[in-house]
Amino acid sequence: MPPGDQEIRSIIEPYLNKTGGLITALRAVQEAIGHLPEETDAIAADIFNLSRAEVMGVISFYADFHRAPKGRTVIRLCAAEACQAAGGRGLQEQVEGRLALKMGETAPSGNITLETVYCLGLCSAAPAAMVGERLLARADVERVADALNDADGNAARG
Amino acid sequence: MGDALNLFLPLDSVAVALGADDVASALRDEAAKRKLDVTITRTGSRGMHWLEPLLEVESDGVRFGYGPVDIGDVGALLDAVAANVRHPKALGSVQDIPFFKHQTRIIFERCGIIDPVSTDQYLSHGGGAGLDKALRMSGAEICEEVLASGVRGRGGAGFPAGIKWKTVAETRADQKYIVANADEGDSGTFADRMIMEGDPFLLIEGMTIAGVAVGATKGYIYLRSEYPVAARILAQAIDRAYSAGLIGENIRGSGERFDIELFVGAGAYICGEETSLLESLEGKRGEVRAKPPLPAVEGLFGKPTLVHNVITLCSIPHILAEGAASYRDLGVGKSTGTMPFQIAGNVKHGGLYETAFGLPLRALVEEIGGGARTGRPVRAVQIGGPLGAYLPPSLFHLQMDYETMLANGAGVGHGGIVVFDEDVDLLEQARYAFEFCAEESCGKCTPCRVGSVRGVEVMDRIRDDIDREQNLTVLDDLCELMVDGSLCAMGGMTPIPVKSALKHFPEDFAINRGKSDAE
Ligand SMILES: Cc1cc2nc3c(=O)[nH]c(=O)nc-3n(C[C@H](O)[C@H](O)[C@H](O)COP(=O)(O)O)c2cc1C
Ligand code: SF4
Ligand code: FES
Repeated sequence: MPPGDQEIRSIIEPYLNKTGGLITALRAVQEAIGHLPEETDAIAADIFNLSRAEVMGVISFYADFHRAPKGRTVIRLCAAEACQAAGGRGLQEQVEGRLALKMGETAPSGNITLETVYCLGLCSAAPAAMVGERLLARADVERVADALNDADGNAARG
Repeated sequence: MGDALNLFLPLDSVAVALGADDVASALRDEAAKRKLDVTITRTGSRGMHWLEPLLEVESDGVRFGYGPVDIGDVGALLDAVAANVRHPKALGSVQDIPFFKHQTRIIFERCGIIDPVSTDQYLSHGGGAGLDKALRMSGAEICEEVLASGVRGRGGAGFPAGIKWKTVAETRADQKYIVANADEGDSGTFADRMIMEGDPFLLIEGMTIAGVAVGATKGYIYLRSEYPVAARILAQAIDRAYSAGLIGENIRGSGERFDIELFVGAGAYICGEETSLLESLEGKRGEVRAKPPLPAVEGLFGKPTLVHNVITLCSIPHILAEGAASYRDLGVGKSTGTMPFQIAGNVKHGGLYETAFGLPLRALVEEIGGGARTGRPVRAVQIGGPLGAYLPPSLFHLQMDYETMLANGAGVGHGGIVVFDEDVDLLEQARYAFEFCAEESCGKCTPCRVGSVRGVEVMDRIRDDIDREQNLTVLDDLCELMVDGSLCAMGGMTPIPVKSALKHFPEDFAINRGKSDAE
């Protein structure tokens, strides 16, 4: 069942008087629902006394915000320089090959989304990746696959 | 009944990303099996990341290291410790490991040693001394001390901190703010992350001193969302700092007030630029503001705001506690104090090395870093993040300080050093610099927004040998346009990695590039 307007409103309202509240509110909605449905714009605009265009402007500016649902597990591979230096490009190709997915894509099953991240601060033990909540340093395709299995197991167990 | 065995294991992101949490559970399980009484303290990291997870076992007040520990090692390791015999992963006394021993740690002095969220341990290990001293001084005296120390901003630009403090202090307003810039987006840097995970009260103390000095009662930490561990630790540390009276309405019984709030960003490199950061903190798109007005005069919500990098703020408590003169004694010329250099990329001994300014680049890359992890020759380093220069080994004699780097078309930036071996293709790296700029531009200026996209195309043509000479000329013009027509350093400095690559590694841009004689 799609989330009701009332649910979105009740998530956003507590952030009205917080510094930078709109951004924190949008994150909260996304964490609760998994993405930012179109209805969010009008509700947030109403609460924060902004135009819908202003809310949309904020959503489109930040990489963390997304309109469409993502896969159950998101795999983020670091594409920045320190990871490039330590085999990050090769890792990316191997993961793409193993999962039959390109960077930025979500598997048709809805299980996995593969995406780029620019630096996780693990540059001294590159290449770095994040599989769901799990951080990986000196990552290789096997460790990414293992972490994905664990994440799948956890998701299946609920 | 013997005393419990004191074990220390990092909770730092790097250690966790290399399995520290699994090692912690294995330690509990294996200790229980052996009916061994152990206490495990989770600490920050010592910064020797090739040894993570680095387990420390205390004996007669000395901490002995074992690493890198794999869960498979844990049982035998505990047996060895109990029987007092040597285990193959033993490293000896941790503080005597050469990488650690030769540092000058005044910022990271507690990192890796104490429980990061224990105010008791913070205070009993020398924390709070700078704040206590500051609370007995006038605001103007504190600003004078910071100015006299010569400390410069560690966020990239290297501007003298004391001048900024004075501006904020002397600007009259009903409300002023301190903002800690914890957006740390530069590849190859993680000093902010490490100190926030390993000694967060130091940042809190630095911000509080700044607040008392300039007359600001409210501080924000703007943290990037890519740092979930730091977010958790900071939130906990802020709570505990309130409970312990380190911040709040009556700081250490002085009657002074200072509040701190954590704000987590939403994934935008440009939000590390201070005016973009302030827009974001106001809940808006992170578009860069034109300067002037400077944030020190009109910053957050139009109020005077002192924006500093995390490491700059973390340098302050020591300056107050030990005095500006002792800080100035460290370093060279106008590069005073210490810098936590971050050694990253394709390197054997990756990690954090805090030292006074003045070491040559070669020492950091070859001696301390141990050269490339692959064992092949180092061909290039990029220093100071994605907007920093690529330098060849022929320049590794250069001293890592602000003036020397500037004179050689480079910059210290936030202290990141990314090492590449001979496999690196500098055309590919230059192309990436444009690609990153295109991806992360805030979109306000055309030379940055459009020029970066054009830059990628030009690089592709040069790579594919299409009108090479013509495209090299276009590249030059494009770089000039970006330098002249960009509002901030994102567009204005993207030409630095590009042009340094071209200057020092012209063979990667030449016809038949990368083809060896054998082919
Ligand atoms: C594109 C861009 C990104 C930046 N990113 C950061 C950052 O992640 N962290 C930081 O402290 N400063 C960053 N800066 C520098 C800030 O604008 C500002 O100079 C700094 O926070 C001031 O603090 P400092 O005086 O302590 O260096 C960035 C600047 C630019 C132009
Ligand atoms: S140079 Fe780029 S990032 Fe900076 S203000 Fe202009 S468009 Fe924005
Ligand atoms: S560059 Fe990949 S983690 Fe920093």
